[in-house]
Amino acid sequence: MAAYRDRFGRPIVAVTGMGLVTSLGAGKTENWQKLTTGQSGIKEIRRFPTDSLRTRVAGIVDFLTQDQISAPELTERLATLAVEEAVAEARIGTRSDFPGPLFIAIPPIEIEWPQRRAVADSLGPRETYSYEDLLEATKSGAFEAFHDRFLLGSVADHLAERFNTRGSPISLSTACASGASAIQLGVEAVRRGETDAALCVAAEGSVSPESLIRFSLLSALSTSNEPPEGAAKPFSKNRDGFVMAEGAGALVLESLESAKARGAKVLGIVEGCGERADAFHRTRSSPDGKPIIGCIRGAIADAGLTPDDIDYVNAHGTGTPENDKMEGMGVLTVFGERAKSLPISSNKSMIGHTLSAAGAVEAIVTLMTLDGGRLPPTINYQVPDPAIPLDVVPNVARDAQVTHALSNSFGFGGQNVSLVLAREPA
Amino acid sequence: MSEGARETWITGIGIVSALGEGADAHWQGLLEGRIAPDRTYCPPYVIHRIAALDYDKQIPKKGDQRQMEGWQRIGTYAAGLALDDAGAKDPELLSRMDLIVAAGGGERDAAVDSAILSGLPKAAAPDIFLNERLMGDLRPTLFLAQLSNLLAGNISIVHGVTGSSRTFMGEESSGVDAARIAMARINAGQSNISLVGGSYNAERKEQLFFLGFARFNIEGELRPVWERGPHGGFAIGSIGAFLVLEPREHAEKRGAKALARVTRIESDHTRRKPGMITSALERMWALCAPDLRPGEHGIISGATGAEPATSEERAFLERHPDVPVRATGAHIGHGVEAQFVMNVALAACAVHRGRLFPPLGQSGVERPFEGTLRQAVVTSVGHWRGEGLALVEAVD
Repeated sequence: MAAYRDRFGRPIVAVTGMGLVTSLGAGKTENWQKLTTGQSGIKEIRRFPTDSLRTRVAGIVDFLTQDQISAPELTERLATLAVEEAVAEARIGTRSDFPGPLFIAIPPIEIEWPQRRAVADSLGPRETYSYEDLLEATKSGAFEAFHDRFLLGSVADHLAERFNTRGSPISLSTACASGASAIQLGVEAVRRGETDAALCVAAEGSVSPESLIRFSLLSALSTSNEPPEGAAKPFSKNRDGFVMAEGAGALVLESLESAKARGAKVLGIVEGCGERADAFHRTRSSPDGKPIIGCIRGAIADAGLTPDDIDYVNAHGTGTPENDKMEGMGVLTVFGERAKSLPISSNKSMIGHTLSAAGAVEAIVTLMTLDGGRLPPTINYQVPDPAIPLDVVPNVARDAQVTHALSNSFGFGGQNVSLVLAREPA
Repeated sequence: MSEGARETWITGIGIVSALGEGADAHWQGLLEGRIAPDRTYCPPYVIHRIAALDYDKQIPKKGDQRQMEGWQRIGTYAAGLALDDAGAKDPELLSRMDLIVAAGGGERDAAVDSAILSGLPKAAAPDIFLNERLMGDLRPTLFLAQLSNLLAGNISIVHGVTGSSRTFMGEESSGVDAARIAMARINAGQSNISLVGGSYNAERKEQLFFLGFARFNIEGELRPVWERGPHGGFAIGSIGAFLVLEPREHAEKRGAKALARVTRIESDHTRRKPGMITSALERMWALCAPDLRPGEHGIISGATGAEPATSEERAFLERHPDVPVRATGAHIGHGVEAQFVMNVALAACAVHRGRLFPPLGQSGVERPFEGTLRQAVVTSVGHWRGEGLALVEAVD
């Protein structure tokens, strides 16, 4: 019995199923093969014209459909694919009956330009189109389906109904930390003893002209369009922003006790979660790094470990000048001298920044790293930044046995979440 | 899940709506049966505007106010009121306070959208025209107002709440689950003090547009929620509602007063086939029933007026004919994500004062109650999906 509790007396939380889809491909196998051979999923955007845009590349998932579909629709398809893989691997419940709650990180949803244009077009030619005109056009009832599609809860509702998860599904957003927050909520629910299993999902399918332009106007995106695979340059001195990307990750979390009782294969353990909100600025971290430092320390302490126990860091590593500087500072502060020899790599150098999905996508890659004994590299690392003297596993994957890994996620709005992940206890 | 070892107290209420600012103003408005719909914002649609607020009182920096859109200002203001009410604006307390916000998002610049829509049919290359106009016309600060988690971000920045920060989305359900998770964390010892709530700005034409797809908006006359006929509908309302929740021991140790106790919060997701909402409410009610004392409890209904949700809730209420019912929807409008926490706050006001406000309308659903109210069950039936229920009780 005690073997199923952590040193704080809480149920140990195991991962028994994982599903992954990114611009590198669908499924864990293909992603792992490409991540460990340093391949990039960043491509020139062909989904819409990029004329007059500063950024023309993204990690788009273009192999599911060629149709123009809305962000919630694509997000839902990506999430569904990831959940199918995770649930199949976990062999839990049945394919359409998951015995626990759903926590899903998704991008905020809003009506998009194709829908606005369709409604306006239904009015016939007019000199101008105001929202009052659009409202008039809705009275026909012809656009009723848009209501369900653009509810903020619809992706979660549809998934909950498809996989028969228990209770009210929770959709959440903590910006670029969302995926980690979804896992954290699942961990907390299992630790409370509320449920034996939780389905934690994060998906992002929102590369559209307006979403790209929004980040572009905040000067957050790389403009290194040539070649596309060279755009994401985390921790490099010449890094110039992140690269938007799509993808999804799904994890089946279970109490270790329940996983063992049903003979499930344990893929890893979520040992600890740390979280701190930053009150400094809407898009920038506190210059003293305290929230990031507190977040990392909190995760390690929650795992009942010390910084010396961590032997790999899966970085947030977006490739923006600000993030990588602050994350580097946080890691240097928490790990001290050891930081310089502690491997830290950024999956975003290859798959781009999957925004709402990133925390879950990277937690899954971290668990594969623990299992595979091989560290995915930070590619495009040609010009080291002397201000970030870290071992970023430059350009080429490296064999290494990792016991406890840290995965960081930081987001706009002062969101910071770190997870400590480990292999199954021997 | 809500039967933990600890007891969750409401120690701070921060509410703003068309009825005014703060618990007393709301209670007074409800006692008077005040209904103040607005038909000038976007005729013929009815909305409820927020009462006049002096935002400087809770958001002292003009720079912060400029970085927000309406829903964020309303929410940040209400959050500040809740912290003041709880006597919780203490840096040490705020640094370990957990924040859960129920949020929508996507506040748009109607002028920009209209100009682009008007220009698109005339453009030689519409897609490129769209790129050019968005590059030229979008304000970076508006993007931050569109991100759902930036109400929480603004609350962290303005009030210094930094223990943790989570934003739930998903219309009415997000409010129920935000409160449910906050309470579950407190009862399980995962949190020692939480700020939970949400906000909604009804002065948003794109919200009327969105709800118009499924024809939920009320035009013309505003009737009580039980009297809106077979098609139903609602008038959106600007609402900000936050609660400070903490375990009893924590509150007592710091000398905070209890406004009410939250004994249970349940949520559910049905597929909305006929009868499912009624059954879900009945199932959740059954979980509360053992704690209910005859003659001392009432129901604060979050019924929207949307159909078939409201008829299904009414069928549930008719199975409990002895329990007095009050819906708040006609008084404050429907504030979607903020509605449930607002109704929990109003339920806390009622049990704290030991009485109910007068019934509204001629439907027969709401009947006079002159007794002492010690317990209030709060319902939430989302206009499209999501069912929830809470039990709020007076603290002796």
